[in-house]
This record gives sequence, C-alpha cells and structure tokens, in this order.
Amino acid sequence: MDYSLGDLGSIFVMQAFSGLILFSIFVLMALGLAIIFGQMGVINMAHGEFMILGAYMTYLTSLVFQAYLPSLYPIYFFVAMAVAFLASGALGLFVEWSLIRFLYKRPLDTLLATWGLSLILQQSYRSIFGAREVGVDLPQWMMGSLPVTGSIEVQINGLFVMGLTIVITLAVYLLLYRSAWGKQVRAVMQNRVMAGAVGINTEKTDRYTFGLGCGIAGIAGSAFTMIGSTGPTSGQLYIVDTFLVVVFGGAQSLFGVIASAFTISQTQSTLEFFLSGSMAKVLTLLGVVIILMIRPQGLFTIKVRR
Amino acid sequence: MTSDRTFFLARKDMLGIVLLAILLAVILPLALDGFRLQMVGKYLTYAFVALGLVLCWGHAGILSLGQGIFFGLGGYCMAMYLKLEASSIENTKIQSTPGIPDFMDWNQLTELPFFWRPFHSLGFTLLAIIAVPSLFAAIIGFAMFKRRVSGVYFSIITQAIASILTILIIGQQGYTGGINGITDLRTLQGWDIRTDAAKTILYFVCVGLLLASILLAYFVKSSKLGRILVAMRDKEDRVRFSGYDVANFKVFVFCLAAAVSAVGGAMFTLQVGFMSPSFVGTVPSIEMVIYCAVGGRLSLLGAVYGTLLVNAAKTSLSETFPELWLFGLGGLFIAVVLVFPNGLAGLYETYVSPRLGRFFGGRGKAAPAGTRAPAIAE
Repeated sequence: MDYSLGDLGSIFVMQAFSGLILFSIFVLMALGLAIIFGQMGVINMAHGEFMILGAYMTYLTSLVFQAYLPSLYPIYFFVAMAVAFLASGALGLFVEWSLIRFLYKRPLDTLLATWGLSLILQQSYRSIFGAREVGVDLPQWMMGSLPVTGSIEVQINGLFVMGLTIVITLAVYLLLYRSAWGKQVRAVMQNRVMAGAVGINTEKTDRYTFGLGCGIAGIAGSAFTMIGSTGPTSGQLYIVDTFLVVVFGGAQSLFGVIASAFTISQTQSTLEFFLSGSMAKVLTLLGVVIILMIRPQGLFTIKVRR
Repeated sequence: MTSDRTFFLARKDMLGIVLLAILLAVILPLALDGFRLQMVGKYLTYAFVALGLVLCWGHAGILSLGQGIFFGLGGYCMAMYLKLEASSIENTKIQSTPGIPDFMDWNQLTELPFFWRPFHSLGFTLLAIIAVPSLFAAIIGFAMFKRRVSGVYFSIITQAIASILTILIIGQQGYTGGINGITDLRTLQGWDIRTDAAKTILYFVCVGLLLASILLAYFVKSSKLGRILVAMRDKEDRVRFSGYDVANFKVFVFCLAAAVSAVGGAMFTLQVGFMSPSFVGTVPSIEMVIYCAVGGRLSLLGAVYGTLLVNAAKTSLSETFPELWLFGLGGLFIAVVLVFPNGLAGLYETYVSPRLGRFFGGRGKAAPAGTRAPAIAE
C-alpha cells in the first residue's frame, strides 16, 4: 500500500467518522432494546421491524410533504420523527397489551412470539410498500459535506444523525433517571411485588415502558432513512448485532450500551479498511462473543439483588 | 413400572415408535409419488434437528437458536466429500487447475486448502460429520455453561454464532463456495445419488437413521441422566446443591443435540444434492425451533410430526399463496406460544388420549397423571 502518512491519517479519520455513523444507528436501536430487554427482561425479536415501521413512516411523511407542502420540505424530517415515534410507540402499546403481557414469566417464549410477530410485520410491509427498497429525498441543506481540511470531508447527514443520537440519548437518560416515571420503571424492574405494594401500577408501567422502547426504535428508523434505503427485511439485518450490543454493554446499563456500541462500531469500521467487509464483521462479532464467554455479565453491570 | 416397560421403553412409547415407523417406511412410500416422497425425505432431515431440540430445549431447558450451525456443519462435511469426488481430474480437466472443486478454480485458488484434504476419505468424512459439530458444540458449551451463562443469554449468543458462521461462509467464497454453497454433487463412491432409485434408497436410509436417533433419544430420556436434565431445567440450584456438576450435563445434551442435527444435515446434502449457507443462519435456525414447538417441545415423536406438518403447510401454502405463508408462519409462532404451549403432543394428551383410553376399555390408563408432561416451567 503506497499511501503517504498524511493520506493514511485522513483515511483513518474518515473511517472513524463512518464508524461514528454506524455507532449512532447502533445506539439509537440499542437504546430502545436496552429499555425493553434490560429493564423489562423481554426479548423483542421484532425490534428491527419497529424500526423499519419508523423508516416507512418517515418515507410516507416525506411523500406527503412533497405533494402538499413543498415549501416546508426542509423541515419535514422533524415532523416525520414525531410521526415515526408515535406510530411505532402505538404499535408497541398494542403488542404489549395483546401479546407480551401474557409472557412476562417465560422469556424464551417471548422470543419465539416476537419472532413470529416480526415475520408478520415483514410480510405486511412487503404487501403494503412492495418488496423493493425505498429511499427518501434528503432536503437540500442535509446534502453534501463539510470540508474540514484539504483531504478530510464529513457528510452533513451523518453529522445530523450523530446530533440526533446525542439528543435522544440525553432525553432517555433524563426520562429514566431524573423523572418520577423513570423511578417507577426502575422500581418495577428491581422488585415487581414491592413496587406494586407501594402503589405503582406495574401493568401500566410495563405497557408504557414497552411503548417507549418501540417508539425510540421508530426514531432510529427515521434516522436510518438519512443514510440508507429501507426494505421489508432491513430490520432483520440489524437485530442480531443490536442484541449483541445490548448484551455486551451489560443489559441494564445505559452507559454500558453506549460504550459497547462505540467499541463494536469503531472496531468494525477500522477493520473494514484493512480487511474485507465480511471478515471485519466476523472478527468483530467473534471478539464480542469471546469476551462475553469470559465475562458473561457484559462490560458494565449494576448490582441487582435478585 | 417394571412390568410396563420393555427394555427402556414404556409400552405406549413403543407403540408410538412402531406407528411412526409404519407411517414413514410403508404408508408414505406407497401413497406418495417419487417427487413428494423426496420432499418428505427432505423434511425428515429437519426432524433430526427438532429431535435434538426436544432433548436440549424441552428436557434440559437450553434454547439454542443456532442449531442451523450443526445442521450446516454436518451437511458441509458431507458436501465436501461429495464435491471432491465430483471434482476428479478427468471431470475438471477444462479448469486451469484440474482436480479441485470448480468454485475454487473460479476464485483463482490453485491448490486444495489443507482442511479440504482429509475429506477425500469416506471414513474420515463420516467421522467428521459427527465429530466436528460435537466438538464445536462442546467448545461453545464448556465456555458458556461453565460460566453459568444460560437462558436468554445463551440463545442470543448461539444466534450470534450462527450469524458469524453464515457471514464467514459467504465471505470466504474460494474455500466454501460462498452464497451458492457447494453444488453439483453427483456420486457417492461411484454410486449416482441423483437418480430416482438412489433417492428412494436414501429416503429409507434417512428414515432408518431417524428412528435410530429417536430410540437413542428415548434411551437418554429414560435414563437417570434424563431425569437429572429435567430436574436441572426446573430447579437448577437444587441439582447443583445435590452435588451434580450441572454444566457437564448441559454440555453433554447440547453436544448430543448437535450430533443428531449434523446427521440430519448430512442426509440433507445426500438427498437434495447441495448445501448452502441459507441452512446455517439465524432465520433457518429459529424456524427449526418452531418445528419442535409445534410438535410439542417435550415430545420426541411430536417433533417428527411437527416438522412434517409445518413443512407440508409451508410447501402447499407457498405454492398457492406465496404472500400468505409468512403470515401463517408468524401466526404459528404466536399461537404455539400463547394457545398451545405443549404443541401437538399436548393436544393429543388432552383430547385424544383419554378418549382412546375409554375406547379400549381402560388400557389407555397406562399413563397416570404423575408421568404426564408438566406445564411448561417458567
């Protein structure tokens, strides 16, 4: 390889940047999953499909704006995000009410049931939106890239997704650790019976926690449209990775999820430069699995008395 | 108990196995044409996996979402042997390097990779079909069970390993045949496996191996080991405090399930004539779990019926209404969890068995309440 040292530095920075975009998507997806899996112990295999629902909602919103409100198109994304959150969240509430609440004591069965749900959702998307992938037109201001130095450029949409990730993460943190409702969620997670005894409506808390997790997945889907196109099975591609991110981080820890998403995405995108894409992924996932075998509780854990 | 048992089988189980044997070896071959029979043969190879899952998930409480790994490893071992036989020097003389499989030639490999070489020998291949997946399962099992990783975490990690293996197989095209897998398999020791006659013989071999596996599984289930497995599933700590090394039992049952699945994989390769990564990954692995769940996760015979039923439904639905099949499969996953968690076997025990018992004048009481499948543990 005949790169000069400066080129190599630039490539490294660009690669790190593309790793940061991957990191943002991982964090957004894993946040929702960490709430559902980490707080409630429910394995939601349909999480990817909730994300794709958000992506399709964003796509629909962009179509509506193009047709009826072309002058407001530059800000359609913010509306789309709200729509995506509400749609995925509402579906989440419905799924919790109709399916999940019967299975809280059988985690392995939730896994199978939500897998079935994911198949149904995938086929619904295929019937409604077609099997082909769809993409949204980015508004003008989000296209192009910012030159940082002569040989380094960063894409604006990537920057936007990162900013969004930071905002959402902060919001989730405040909601879970600084609000009265978050305190109830954590109380129910730590000791369901006692939480009920002090007057917390545990069923309602469960339902809204699940809804919130799904809603965040919707926002992740919304962000996903900024950097890639959406197909009926796009969600399935990410689900295994996302679960690994959550487990690797130590399921109950928000900070752990962020740290593990960062480690995994940076490792993968750095390795991608030296090896083929598939080998980079294999080595990264293999590394994670081996570390999990040595340290099954994940990177960061909160001590919970069981 | 002793008078009711022959060897290690209860009379009722013996009857069930004989009925299954008659169905598979006599009724189906007479009733179906060659093409349909070959399809049943293909389904039966998945039944091996479902059988392994009954032992490992139903009886020991370990849900592996990576059984496709072992099905695939067994299948690939067989496929490698058959491919080498199909790539003899005279068959491949148009290649730039004769004597190596065609996909290697396309990927500019000029030499057979070292791990392919032993597969020239049939004996080694047959050994590898059992040994490679068992060894792999033992490594995974020891690493995880010794550190008390269990339940959901185990499922997620096995799923990740299945995903890794698929990416690896697809990525390393020159060594593995990539996404197309290993195709164009022709002969086994000079015997053409593509003819209808050969496929019929292979069907019967498959049925024989399946019945042998069922007997083996019953043997394990009825042994003291089987009782420890169930005890472990329900109250792991009590078994541990009683002085048993829980991890070793788990590793054993996981390896056994892997070995049985691998036999299924090898039979799949022989009957269908190819092996590809689409039978290794996370999606087929989970689908195999549903075969077992539909049959009843505690019932060894149920696993076979469940596999046949789900696959027959899949084939007929996807032939006529392709877009409905995923709805059906998804609904099945949900129904089997919510409505009938003990699957077909559970339905049989609740509705059919008592009536049969009354019909035959009390002989059906051979199954007193105590031996019945308990409700699914938490």
